[in-house]
Amino acid sequence: MNITFKRHSVLPGFGLTFGFTLFYLSVIVLLPLSTLFFKSAALGAGGFWAAVSAPRVVASYKLTFGASLAGALVNGVFGLVVAWVLVRYRFPGQRPVDALVDLPFALPTAVAGIALTTLYAPEGWLGKPLAEAGIKVAYTPLGVAVALTFIGLPFVVRTLQPVIESLDVDVEEAAASLGASRLQTFRRVILPAILPAWITGFALAFARALGEYGSVVFIAGNMPMKTEISSLLIITKLEQYDYAGATAIAVVMLVASFVLLLAINRLQSWSMHPTSD
Amino acid sequence: MAAAVAVKHAGAPRNLTEPIAVRIGLTLVALAYLLLFLLVPLAAVFAEALQKGWTAYVNAATEPVALSALWLTLLTAGIAVPLNLVFGVAAAWAIAKFDFPGKNALITLIDLPFAVSPVISGMIFILLFGRLGYLGPWLQAHDLKIVFAVPGLALATIFVTFPFVARELIPVMQAAGTEEEEAARVLGAGGWATFWRVTLPSVKWGLLFGVILCNARAMGEFGAVSVVSGHIRGKTNTLPLHVEILYNEYNFQAAFAVASLLTFLALLTLVAKSFIEWRSSRRAESPSEPTA
Repeated sequence: MNITFKRHSVLPGFGLTFGFTLFYLSVIVLLPLSTLFFKSAALGAGGFWAAVSAPRVVASYKLTFGASLAGALVNGVFGLVVAWVLVRYRFPGQRPVDALVDLPFALPTAVAGIALTTLYAPEGWLGKPLAEAGIKVAYTPLGVAVALTFIGLPFVVRTLQPVIESLDVDVEEAAASLGASRLQTFRRVILPAILPAWITGFALAFARALGEYGSVVFIAGNMPMKTEISSLLIITKLEQYDYAGATAIAVVMLVASFVLLLAINRLQSWSMHPTSD
Repeated sequence: MAAAVAVKHAGAPRNLTEPIAVRIGLTLVALAYLLLFLLVPLAAVFAEALQKGWTAYVNAATEPVALSALWLTLLTAGIAVPLNLVFGVAAAWAIAKFDFPGKNALITLIDLPFAVSPVISGMIFILLFGRLGYLGPWLQAHDLKIVFAVPGLALATIFVTFPFVARELIPVMQAAGTEEEEAARVLGAGGWATFWRVTLPSVKWGLLFGVILCNARAMGEFGAVSVVSGHIRGKTNTLPLHVEILYNEYNFQAAFAVASLLTFLALLTLVAKSFIEWRSSRRAESPSEPTA
């Protein structure tokens, strides 16, 4: 069976490793994930729609998508600056700064959550001056956006860095010698080349923020209709043994992130051949 | 505006970088952004942890409940990381060394847990093993407990860290090709000997990289384990969950003391990560260096 299925090879172990891969994947990932769709299917179309369109649920989508979008936009702008500076310029302490960019990947989200909450609370280092200026951050939608900005910070930087590194300096030189200003070169030569990676990084940060929980629950304040994200609402419903209601919201969020990741995959193949499209 | 800038620069022979003022300005903007969003929160963790002095810090980090949380964190990572390591090696071997139909679909499925949010990752195990879950009645009848107990924590952790080793290892093994292994086989080496003596040495840094990332996520995971934990003090609380409980009890100093331990782990991970990246980039730049 192996011989007809895979191309013949002198290397051993295909049956064992392929079989184990499929088995482990099915038991750990596919089987548990499938329960989500069975459970929500049990609601029927009407029940499903009622569960995912209740006012409290819709309010949580608005907050989750809105704050995720805000965080991803902030990271889109500043992530480009950070990536550009890290690749093109040299300054003392560059290597540790570069390594630090991955902190949001490595720091447990609960730690990030309590640190940001303490900073932006009305008595915190940053919250106090902001409160005096009339801006409330902690326990408001703005606080949710701050946490989601932190969580998404590495994506734009890490997606752009290799692309900026691989830019052909000859092309910039040609543009400059033909009389283009630096700004023109950036807009007409560099920007088109990095655009797909830029959008990819933005979309990755957005997708990550949609499902984020740990860093948000502390700073959000979690008031229904106001500062309650969808992930928290799922947990609330689970704790009330409303499994079907929880799964319905989960399916909506999961489908949203699948669609995003599909789009990101398309983007990534576009960024490999940016001119052919 | 753009036209004005263009005219101003028309005399310069080569505009290959930005004017010095722009360079300094951009660098300052980048550093200010990273300072605000990364360094200040990091400093806050340690400042809050030490606000009542070292004795309180050490007490909070070594009280029995904190130690049992530490033990549980080590236990769940100790279960999840080796299992995902074995899986990662097996999957990478099958995918990188052989050709078969549906390979891309398999790679996509392996990445699937990354697309599932932490809360949903925990929830699916409640749907399977919870009191009202598909297997709940059967488990109760046999007096078995999975969710709100250690097996559930381990399962949720395995799920969220599932792709790490595989996705690091697959490209490295693909890049290494199959010629060296085929040569070893032709020269009479057995399957295991080929793997240990030929494959493993060539992918060891990629493997280590995947294990470090997998471990950091396993020890730090919050959302997924929070759903399946049941928050039983001293029994089903990992370190991140212990941080949450202390914080919600307004015991901020102790919460940050425990959080600082997790922060050390994160910083250690970053150092190890950049060391491995630095090593492999050096090797890529000097191909004359012996690879063994």
